[in-house]
Amino acid sequence: MDVTTLLIILLFGAFATYISGDKWAPKVALLFGLAAFAGSICLLSQYNLGQEIIYAKLWIAQPKIYFALQADGLALAMLLLTTALTPIIIFSSFGNTYKNPKAFYSLILFMTFAMAGTFLASDGLLYYIFWELSLIPIYFIALIWGNGDAEERKKAVVKFFIYTLAGSLFMLVAFVYLHQKAGSFLISDLTQLRLSSTEQFWIFLAFFLAYAIKIPLIPFHTWQAKVYQKAPTVGTMLLSGIMLKMGLYSVIRWQLPIAPLAAKEYMDVFIGLGIAGVIYGSIVALRQKDLKKLLAYSSLAHVGLIAAGAYTLTLDGLRGAVLQMIAHGFVVVGLFFVAEIIFRRYETRAIAELGGIRAQSPKFTSMFLLLVLASVALPSTFNFVGEFTVLYSLSQVNIWFAILGGTTIILGAYYMLKMFQHVMLGGTNVRIFEDVTFNEGLTLVIIIAVLFFFGMYPKPIIDLITPSLENILTQINRFN
Amino acid sequence: MDTSLVLVLLLAPFLGFLFNVFLGKKAGKSIVGIVGTLSVAVSFAVTLYLFGNASQEAVVINLFEWISIEKFDVSFGFLIDQLSILWLLFVTGIGSLIHLYSISYMHDDEKMHSFFAYLNLFIFFMITLVIGSNLLMMFIGWEGVGLCSYLLIGFWYKNQDFNDAAKKAFIMNRIGDLGFLIGIFIVGSLFNTLDFTTLKTTITSASDINEFWIAAAALALFIGASGKSAQIPLYTWLPDAMAGPTPVSALIHAATMVTAGIFMITRLNFLFDMAPSVQNIIAIVGAVTALVAATIALVQNDIKKVLAYSTVSQLGLMFLALGLGAYEIAVFHVITHAFFKACLFLGSGSVIHGLHGEQDMRKMGGLKKAMPITFWTMLIASLAISGIFPLAGFWSKDEILMTAFHENKVLWVIGSIASIMTAFYMFRLIYLTFFNSFRGTEEQKHHLHESPSLITLPLIILAILSFFGGIISLPGHSWLNHYLAPLFSKGAHEAHTLGSTEYMLMAVATIGAIVGIAIAYKKYLKDNAIPSEDSEITGLSKVLYNKYYVDEAYDVIFVKPVNVLSSFFRDSVETTLSALVFGLGKVMNEIALQGKKVHNGSVGLYLFAFIIGVVAIITYLFLQ
Repeated sequence: MDVTTLLIILLFGAFATYISGDKWAPKVALLFGLAAFAGSICLLSQYNLGQEIIYAKLWIAQPKIYFALQADGLALAMLLLTTALTPIIIFSSFGNTYKNPKAFYSLILFMTFAMAGTFLASDGLLYYIFWELSLIPIYFIALIWGNGDAEERKKAVVKFFIYTLAGSLFMLVAFVYLHQKAGSFLISDLTQLRLSSTEQFWIFLAFFLAYAIKIPLIPFHTWQAKVYQKAPTVGTMLLSGIMLKMGLYSVIRWQLPIAPLAAKEYMDVFIGLGIAGVIYGSIVALRQKDLKKLLAYSSLAHVGLIAAGAYTLTLDGLRGAVLQMIAHGFVVVGLFFVAEIIFRRYETRAIAELGGIRAQSPKFTSMFLLLVLASVALPSTFNFVGEFTVLYSLSQVNIWFAILGGTTIILGAYYMLKMFQHVMLGGTNVRIFEDVTFNEGLTLVIIIAVLFFFGMYPKPIIDLITPSLENILTQINRFN
Repeated sequence: MDTSLVLVLLLAPFLGFLFNVFLGKKAGKSIVGIVGTLSVAVSFAVTLYLFGNASQEAVVINLFEWISIEKFDVSFGFLIDQLSILWLLFVTGIGSLIHLYSISYMHDDEKMHSFFAYLNLFIFFMITLVIGSNLLMMFIGWEGVGLCSYLLIGFWYKNQDFNDAAKKAFIMNRIGDLGFLIGIFIVGSLFNTLDFTTLKTTITSASDINEFWIAAAALALFIGASGKSAQIPLYTWLPDAMAGPTPVSALIHAATMVTAGIFMITRLNFLFDMAPSVQNIIAIVGAVTALVAATIALVQNDIKKVLAYSTVSQLGLMFLALGLGAYEIAVFHVITHAFFKACLFLGSGSVIHGLHGEQDMRKMGGLKKAMPITFWTMLIASLAISGIFPLAGFWSKDEILMTAFHENKVLWVIGSIASIMTAFYMFRLIYLTFFNSFRGTEEQKHHLHESPSLITLPLIILAILSFFGGIISLPGHSWLNHYLAPLFSKGAHEAHTLGSTEYMLMAVATIGAIVGIAIAYKKYLKDNAIPSEDSEITGLSKVLYNKYYVDEAYDVIFVKPVNVLSSFFRDSVETTLSALVFGLGKVMNEIALQGKKVHNGSVGLYLFAFIIGVVAIITYLFLQ
């Protein structure tokens, strides 16, 4: 299968969903989502057989822009994450009704298309286009189908849009500069550039603004909590499960190999920033009143740790970061779905109004608890594999990084168990809480199965990503 | 040794767990109890087989690669040697008894199937902890038992106080676990392996050892151990953990899980031997914990709280032994303590069961007649823990005190005082509970009865073990020391031969215990004193009764500030940062507005600007 086919499936899926009409749109979208997942598996097996997953065609001659796609193990891992989560996310929305569903589901697939393109693109400008393209569907999804006061929502969503767009413009400037130097936008050319350390510093910084806002790292995170809260849960899942991984992925794919000297020189600063996010996010999460906002800050803490791992510039750090990205993608989608399930029954996400649910819903409680455990990285969950590897890499840079970053296992347990206690435990709630439906249960079981399977046996993923990360490390170390 | 045998050992309780989770409710209470108990009994049977047939050599079974680090891989593997078999014996053995006991004890609880599920899961993780072949495998079990502890403390989840206790246990353990992880990181970077067997050969044969980092690793690991085994300063979760059903207190919070820290340090004895400074810290922490917890136990009125602080205190004695490098003595005390403390907890459960949930000793008394088996078994266990000859506790405690006497007189004094206190508070418990007249309600008095045989049978077995358990390590003829010898880099300590000093020390310890019992006898039996109401407690007793206000202090020093900080971040920092971004947007907007003024539609102005621009470019080109 050709790599472009995958993108075509998603793009065509978006159109097909729209024209299939409101009644069929959800199912058609799910079908195309599953087809894309099957396509990714297909690409994976080709890759494992030793074929190169690559496509390149000159798109615009002057300036030289290629329509170039390439998937190494790392990109494939992210592609698999994207295409595995998309059908899960679509399926999870089946219990809800949306106005204008054909547009809604079409936008979801379009967003997946753009995100998959971002992970696959190997030409800087193409990558930039996909990167910005992915912003448009989520903007509409959050704006039109979001919840809460419309005026406030608009404020939050527009802020998010402009803020991330503004950050990305710096990246565009960096690319234009790089094009002047290299004569193309191809990553293979850009990662061979021997820029001076001053040039690298500015390039690094320009990329950093784009990524720090997208990931987000503190103090660039102010858009996050509000948008997570206001967006419909599907949008929140797309954002937290996949889209913020675009930022983290781009750090590893573009920023570090293009400007490694700056990354080395200011390593402590960027690791420190990530770890500060861990502690700050965890502490803020502790006293959140809204379930989705709490999960947003928990996300902030987790991605801080991932970023810190990536910025160690070690194999362990990069590998841990990627593992944790995937693990976090699944767990955060699961947790937001849990919030949605509660909202379907009680129409609130205010933690103070919940409680006493466990007595009424043993299945839901067990699944929720398992997700909480994955989120706090209990050994035997996938999240532990990632978190352990990242923390180990931090300890190799400086033991204090590991100790400070490691507070996540204490603080994370604190805010998650506190939340679980107030949401689920206590005397039976007077309002009836029906246990999970078959669809809801299936969604959660799939997510939990993934988290525990790879927690016990992460080797397939480790084997998939390691060679690519070693290549990237060679590029990073080309100045040594 | 057969891999499949080890898998049966490990997976039997896990299958029990799965059964009880998925089919337990449908299957009914009797099936739940039988399956739950049998699944642990199977593990016990396998353990007995391993015990009987194990060779001297440790056996390592690696199943697959689990986690990869650049410099080494961590495999999913098991290590079966003397230490793991010894721990398995009492984990699965006492585990089986407590499962049996729970069939009756939990029979009226509507969620009995969940209870057995969690209990089975606990055994599964405990086995993992014990037979893990490397530090990370141990860590799976380590956190897994912590999870089960959390689930079982908060078993009656409708009570938010119990949930608080569960949460506290989990979080405090996680503080220790961070230490454990840091220890793992340091060990990993020093030796590029986490395997116990490889570590042992590397460390014992290494010529140049980085003393600082070895000590750092040992200290970090000890922090982990002190979390799980409830040592100062991380002990406050254990007394609160008594919120769980009593069989849980017996199994998890007395006999097995809380000994994990001792297991870990014993497993890594070769590492700790290289860090004498850390060993000193361990000995001191252990001794102080033993004393502090014993003083608190003196005045507690909740029967389970007395036993909880007693456990903390006894664990302290074990750490004292570990700190003195006497690993096999610590292990000896772990085993005898498992016997008598499990017996005591189960006995207290029998009492609580008989009184329909009453735990306050001030409302007990005179139960000797109505509950003779409970009384006699608890009496034997109390004599054992008090260190009365020739019961199990006498031998193990005596070994610890003797070692302390030879190494450091101050530690010996502290340990001895703690032991005298132990004798006192245990007999305070016995007298208040079983002697004089009943102080409960008429209603309760009417229903007083001995517990059913499923409850008394485990009590009797444990009482017998508490009585005779000492024979595994008698001075001069220690089977245990001989059995464990291959584990220790320095070789086993020769059991103390009995000279005049030793006889004298035994005499001192015994007299101390008798004095402790005598004081309790005088006060609570002869004078029939009843501890006063909570409001009337004053002076030093009040400080002790309130556990030195340590919980309150932690609350003020750690919990409150974090929460205040959280509110501050949420309400001030977040809004300020957000406002800054909006502010930036406003500034941009302002600039744009100014710019807009230029675009006023006047062609003349545009033309003017255009010409200036062209002139500027031409000038620039010429000047080049």
